[in-house]
Amino acid sequence: MKLIAPIFQITLLLFSLLFISATPAQSPAGYVIGDVAEDFRLMNVDGRFVSLSDYKDPRGYLIVFTCNHCPYAQLYEQRIIDLHRKYAPLGVPVIAINPNSPSVVPEDSFDEMKKRAKQKKYPFAYLFDEDQEVFPKFGASRTPHVYLLDSKLKVRYMGAIDDNPEVPTAAQKRYAEAAIDAVLRGELPAQNYTRAIGCTIKKKP
Amino acid sequence: MKPVIPMRFRPICLIIAILALTAPAAAAQNYAVFDSVDQLQSYIEREKNATVVVNFWATWCKPCVAELPLFEELNRMYDDQDLKIILVSLDFRSQLERRFVPFLKSKALESEVVLLADQDADTWIPLFDSMWDGGLPATLVLNGKQRIFVSGEFSSVEELKKVIDSLRADSPRFRSPVTCGSKLAAGQ
Repeated sequence: MKLIAPIFQITLLLFSLLFISATPAQSPAGYVIGDVAEDFRLMNVDGRFVSLSDYKDPRGYLIVFTCNHCPYAQLYEQRIIDLHRKYAPLGVPVIAINPNSPSVVPEDSFDEMKKRAKQKKYPFAYLFDEDQEVFPKFGASRTPHVYLLDSKLKVRYMGAIDDNPEVPTAAQKRYAEAAIDAVLRGELPAQNYTRAIGCTIKKKP
Repeated sequence: MKPVIPMRFRPICLIIAILALTAPAAAAQNYAVFDSVDQLQSYIEREKNATVVVNFWATWCKPCVAELPLFEELNRMYDDQDLKIILVSLDFRSQLERRFVPFLKSKALESEVVLLADQDADTWIPLFDSMWDGGLPATLVLNGKQRIFVSGEFSSVEELKKVIDSLRADSPRFRSPVTCGSKLAAGQ
């Protein structure tokens, strides 16, 4: 027994090391601040393809990975609409992208996206990352997860919209707005990265 | 699969399982509410003599809810003095009565449930792991000064047990590669 126990323990350890290396506690790779984002071509809820290059003379883009089903995304939905209404006229439109696989979450299908966009009168493009190739490039991991690009497509901010998901009026720090304001002034955002709780992006099995 | 629970304890487990299944859903589980992450940290640090499994979840998070039975199973496998499970819910305060309490009632969880209501997630998330970006579920296993953080769900209780065993195996040789992330610093 004395001999067997250590062998068993070591075997377990080796197995666990394998397991741990397979699931690192790391954010998925993706853009870092200052990287130039690659343009994409994704289907919008109006049936047309949208690319960043379609926007005329933008001063930036607020890419928001969001979806229908996630309660966090729902809490932020009105704030995302408000951000677009405030900043699109200043040259920084919101571009919403649903990264979830409908095979995992049927509520996030393209048809359901169309319904949601219509029902809530989304003033911005709501695109479907159907092949799930765009969100990994950004390194998006949850919804909502926002990325601010400047006019040269350089990533200037990534993270949360603000610091209070539940009560918008109680937010102390409005990270996304502060970052957009900085970019509009031609400055670098003072805070360019934040973490937030959210729903994990649902990958195709 | 090697039997995890010694034969002589199995009848007890069976009784617990039957009790859990037949327990009237009337008794709502008690849960502590922590307004700040400091309170949760002190609470976790109290359990320094046991292995502590801290699972971050929410009723609205589907993979989290799917994973809860694994923690329940784990809870039945170990003595409470030896391994402590704390299910840290990130449910919304405004939905406690409507959603959270009915959920606890229906699931009749045996593991301890607490609610973390600290809104400043950008500040508290990295206290549990510097690489955690806030996606749920996430699990932190602590054993003395050693820790393992796992982002994402476990698919089986064996997977969970492997992580625990790797921390508990008393071999300094293996300590450094399996610990990762930042320390849960006291008084932070």
